[in-house]
Amino acid sequence: MLILRYAFILVVLLFLAAPLVVIFGVSVNEPKQLLFPPEGFSLRWYAELFQASDWLNALRNSVVIALGASTIAVSIALPLALYVWKKQSKMAQALFGLGVAPFLLPPVISALGFMIFWITVGFYGQIYATIISHGVFLVTLPLVTISLGLEAVDRQLIEASRTMGANDKTVFRTVIFPLARPYMISGFAFVFVLSLNEYIIAYMVAGFTAETLPIKIFNSLRYGYTPVMASVAVFFVLTAIVVFGSIARFGDLPRLLGAERARR
Amino acid sequence: MTTLTARLKGHRGAAYPLVMLVVFFVVPFVIMLSVSFFSRDDGAFFQPAFELSNYSRFISPFFGKVLLTSLTLSAAAAIISVSVAVPFTYFVTRMRARWQSVMLVFLLSVLSLSEVIIGFAWSTLLSKTAGIGNLFVAIGLMETSQSFTPSLGALLLGLTYLGLPYAVLVLYPALSRLDPEIPEAARMLGASPIRSFFNVVMPMMRNTITGALILVFVFTLGAYLLPQVLGRPQHWTLSVHITDQAIFQSNLPFAAAMAIFLMLVSLALVGISTLLGRART
Repeated sequence: MLILRYAFILVVLLFLAAPLVVIFGVSVNEPKQLLFPPEGFSLRWYAELFQASDWLNALRNSVVIALGASTIAVSIALPLALYVWKKQSKMAQALFGLGVAPFLLPPVISALGFMIFWITVGFYGQIYATIISHGVFLVTLPLVTISLGLEAVDRQLIEASRTMGANDKTVFRTVIFPLARPYMISGFAFVFVLSLNEYIIAYMVAGFTAETLPIKIFNSLRYGYTPVMASVAVFFVLTAIVVFGSIARFGDLPRLLGAERARR
Repeated sequence: MTTLTARLKGHRGAAYPLVMLVVFFVVPFVIMLSVSFFSRDDGAFFQPAFELSNYSRFISPFFGKVLLTSLTLSAAAAIISVSVAVPFTYFVTRMRARWQSVMLVFLLSVLSLSEVIIGFAWSTLLSKTAGIGNLFVAIGLMETSQSFTPSLGALLLGLTYLGLPYAVLVLYPALSRLDPEIPEAARMLGASPIRSFFNVVMPMMRNTITGALILVFVFTLGAYLLPQVLGRPQHWTLSVHITDQAIFQSNLPFAAAMAIFLMLVSLALVGISTLLGRART
């Protein structure tokens, strides 16, 4: 019975890992061809990502967008989460729902909404249009993580600091903020990784002017093959593993994902 | 006057998030909704008007087929992903905390991958020169390697790959909160592990599983790239056509009408799954 269970787990993991293994294999090919098992071993396609000006440019755009979007998402999510946590009114719940909505709908819909919006206000094709769109679209993630963090804050702690004469600002700075900080960081990290990987919004808002790595991969996919695509993909997988691995190492990942005492 | 300012003061913290969400999320949807009634303009992007032609265009055999393809593919992918995810997640939640974290990191990493990368990875895995064809030749299953993409099977495989980690993470909270003593009690009373899983765990999780099915269905309904990379043109889904109309046919009003339609379908489904989630407790 136990063997069957492990065999099943193994098969599922193999299914999930197989494309990643192949991508890694083709990324270290010596010749500029799509071959697996790889012929020879070379890291030059990784070097090209950081040397070829067009790939480097896409990398730069992607990182700038991801950093900007994470900052915006957390800046919206923190006051919103605090407000919902303090008030717990119908109105606060509605605001929370509004913050969660972008994430539940198929992204194509939001992407088209953003595209039409930026055309209307005249910033279509600008990189900051992509940054703001990503920041708003991914606001759900820090909103959920920070709310989870606040839920763990003991309200008596706040009572105590108030009786000792702390005002709102001091309570926030000395009690709430330090407790919420790890959740802000994980929210930031989630947005960073997802923005880095996001294609459709970036493409529809400024795909021809602010080319990001996923857009560049897709364009290359149409016009032929280069192993740099594979090395970028590996780079993305590794970034995600490092980021989520750090969250798991320094934080409580199972709880963040809803195990046990999570938001109901 | 003072009471009003005093009352507003308590809500000051919500002002900035509210403004941001309204300006950059609600307003775009309102504009999109109005554009869906506009007429197409070759010179600019769209022309203000009020016509229902963008919606009536759906009622054609072509878009009927597109809709049917989208719904069937997503339903199939959702059923496969959830059927695999239920036992898999159950096993994961029974692992030691350390291993659970490892699994979650891996699943999150796969989930966060761009559809572009998933499409590229699967098209490579199913290709002639770098794919499993080589493996089949090596173990003697096939004479010469061949390509398995583009095809309906490849697309379904890709959509399942997209949906599986999502399904696991949707099921994870409920399954990890399941009291381990319940299936244990069933075992004590003499039920086999399989029987205790199907007769005790599954019925308790019925609403959760239905909710997960719907969420994965909506999630894969949003796939816009895999149908282009792994499927043939007749497998293009509604999401692909939205992008295609918006970018390549420059018909934003029609794209907007399709997006509104897709949104209504998704909202209704998400609404149902939320209700099921409430009924769970």
